[in-house]
Amino acid sequence: MAVKINHKLCNGCGQREKSLCVRVCPGNLLYKNEDNKAEIREKRDCWDCAACVKECLQQAIELYLPAEIGGRGSTLQAEQKKDKIIWQLKKVDGFCEEFEIKTEE
Amino acid sequence: MEQFKVVELTTDILIIGGGAAGCYAGVRAKEQDPEVDVLIVDKAHIERSGCLAAGINAINAYLNPGVGPKDFLDYIKQDSEGLVRDDLIYTLAQGLNRAADKLEQWGLPFLKDEEGNFIPRGRRSVQIKGENIKPIMAQAVRNSGVDVLNRVNITNYLVEDDQVKGAYGFSVRDNKFYLLKAKAVICATGGAAGIYRSNNPGQARHKMWYPPFNTGAGYAMGLRAGAEMTTFEMRFIALRVKDVISPTGTIAQGFNAPQINALGEEYQDSYEKNTTPLRLYATIEENKAGRGPCYLDLTHLDDEQNQRIKENFLNMSPGIVLKWADREIEPQDEPVEICGTEPYIVGGHAQSGYWIDTKRQTTLKGLYAAGDVAGGAPKKYVTGAMAEGEIAVLDVLEYIEGVDFESFDSVKVEEEFNRVYSPLQRKEGFGPQELEERLQKIMDEYAGGLSTNYQLHEEKLLQARSFLKVLDQDLASGKAESLHQLMNLHEVIDRVIVARALVEHLLYRKETRWKSYQQRLDYPDQDDQNWFKFVNSVYDQEEDQIKIIEREHIKLGDLDGS
Ligand SMILES: Cc1cc2nc3c(=O)[nH]c(=O)nc-3n(C[C@H](O)[C@H](O)[C@H](O)COP(=O)(O)OP(=O)(O)OC[C@H]3O[C@@H](n4cnc5c(N)ncnc54)[C@H](O)[C@@H]3O)c2cc1C
Ligand code: SF4
Ligand code: SF4
Repeated sequence: MAVKINHKLCNGCGQREKSLCVRVCPGNLLYKNEDNKAEIREKRDCWDCAACVKECLQQAIELYLPAEIGGRGSTLQAEQKKDKIIWQLKKVDGFCEEFEIKTEE
Repeated sequence: MEQFKVVELTTDILIIGGGAAGCYAGVRAKEQDPEVDVLIVDKAHIERSGCLAAGINAINAYLNPGVGPKDFLDYIKQDSEGLVRDDLIYTLAQGLNRAADKLEQWGLPFLKDEEGNFIPRGRRSVQIKGENIKPIMAQAVRNSGVDVLNRVNITNYLVEDDQVKGAYGFSVRDNKFYLLKAKAVICATGGAAGIYRSNNPGQARHKMWYPPFNTGAGYAMGLRAGAEMTTFEMRFIALRVKDVISPTGTIAQGFNAPQINALGEEYQDSYEKNTTPLRLYATIEENKAGRGPCYLDLTHLDDEQNQRIKENFLNMSPGIVLKWADREIEPQDEPVEICGTEPYIVGGHAQSGYWIDTKRQTTLKGLYAAGDVAGGAPKKYVTGAMAEGEIAVLDVLEYIEGVDFESFDSVKVEEEFNRVYSPLQRKEGFGPQELEERLQKIMDEYAGGLSTNYQLHEEKLLQARSFLKVLDQDLASGKAESLHQLMNLHEVIDRVIVARALVEHLLYRKETRWKSYQQRLDYPDQDDQNWFKFVNSVYDQEEDQIKIIEREHIKLGDLDGS
């Protein structure tokens, strides 16, 4: 599976010693490069759990399907609020769909 | 290797793996005794680790009104051809609702009707909005006062005088080797993925159901320490959405989708049973007979349900939402194709794992097991794993009263230190990736993987045994260039010993007990007379051999007071 990290949006989590995405990836797949930007070691090792996508405050990480299993360019992005999460689905034709889901009582 | 420092920590209770079972065990220990020292150690970060990293949308083991522990047991028996540990299932069933209530207290949103009752999804399941379940558990752990050590990959138990006294591990982020001493240890490392070749190629190879990062470490450490394992041969193979491997329960039960073949027929009725293994078996048979692909039919959905099913999947498996978008369709436009995954070794869905007693103590003194790594009790899911964590820790609290920290052998520390780090020093040798792919190819082709429709027979299993032996030797020349690769290499080392034990179990059971999960071409029938018993194994380190032990089926006895 795969995530795409937009280096224009990634700010390395500012002064944070540990970047949020690097902190949570269950596969230890993310790290920061010399320019203080997040990077994935091996795309083929990603499980597609979306933990990093939800965690990033800059919305710099997108989830997409690899071409091998029919990926044609749609992407998912997430924004976490206090008790809900907002998902942005960008479709192949450029249209967007938004979902708002409660996460905590 | 001077750059690596040995760090020694001491605690009363060491919990290896901070997933569903480990987190709950930790919290329950502190609730029971705020003075006790508890340390959870995890190879990842407990905020998003293990099975629950992506979220879930139902609590699959819950006793809805009118369902008791005995009913729960009866259901699991009929779904698993009768051969399960009745005592383990019955005891964990008693803790299911308590675990669910705790999740609600911690802030997990449960769907409720107007009277405030949980909304069932079937008889033994309730609906939740579970995207955030893992961060909620992690917060509860932090609030409880349990200590947490993240990003430390545990490699072996510290065993002395046949007693488990802690564990060894290495940090995957910095140069620290850990020696964790404890009065008792609970293993909660989950099951094993990556033993078999998965459904998808290339960049999608980890698009699998079970987390590719749960790599069977708990089983491997147990085997190396001489603990007894049970029923590895009952592999778990999930029926999932093709390519994206999203769960099917949400579609089938959550949205009442009939399971149909290419002719539009609901084919399950033409098979002998409607159990979990048989639904997979039937799907494979339909495909073999030329009536595939098979589907879950969602074409009855209305627009509101279209939206709701996408939200449900975003809560746990977003891949299918991308699939619909990439195909430029809505869920209602097409039936969803289903397939079987590669086999996993997982005690929370099937029943491979440590052989334990009703207190969840393993055959090694001082070592307990809970959740997916513990055997004998299929279909325990989140709440069952939690319930086992609770049972284990309550017994541990009593057990540790009589245990003191003693001195131990520093030679063994050096031995494990060298075993762990030596791959970093090798200039020549095999990398973790090529070794992993060789393992998966052997298992796929000779031990009943996807490419053979999961079928098994003696000749091929004997080949698997001999190829694994050679692979095992080649592990000794495994090399790693970074701490991350070192973790990957140890993951392969662990998987290989699990695969070796698995092959012995598969060879030994000379009947077909669980079609697809354990289906022998050379012994196609179920044989209660000779095989209504457990196949267990122990690894003999000196002879480097897996030895099989038979164990009788254990009845409920006095547990239910009947
Ligand atoms: C994709 C998926 C969806 C599921 N959906 C549902 C659902 O909707 N409802 C439901 O009731 N159940 C569901 N389940 C089942 C449920 O999640 C599991 O049964 C449960 O989480 C098992 O708990 P556990 O503690 O045994 O394992 P896990 O929760 O996986 O925890 C294991 C922990 O051990 C750590 N670990 C592993 N190896 C090491 C090592 N060497 N050193 C240190 N730490 C280590 C891991 O990082 C992880 O944190 C699902 C499972 C999966 C995989
Ligand atoms: S969380 Fe976002 S901003 Fe922070 S390092 Fe990762 S990608 Fe960059
Ligand atoms: S999607 Fe999950 S596995 Fe993949 S990089 Fe992000 S956190 Fe890691």
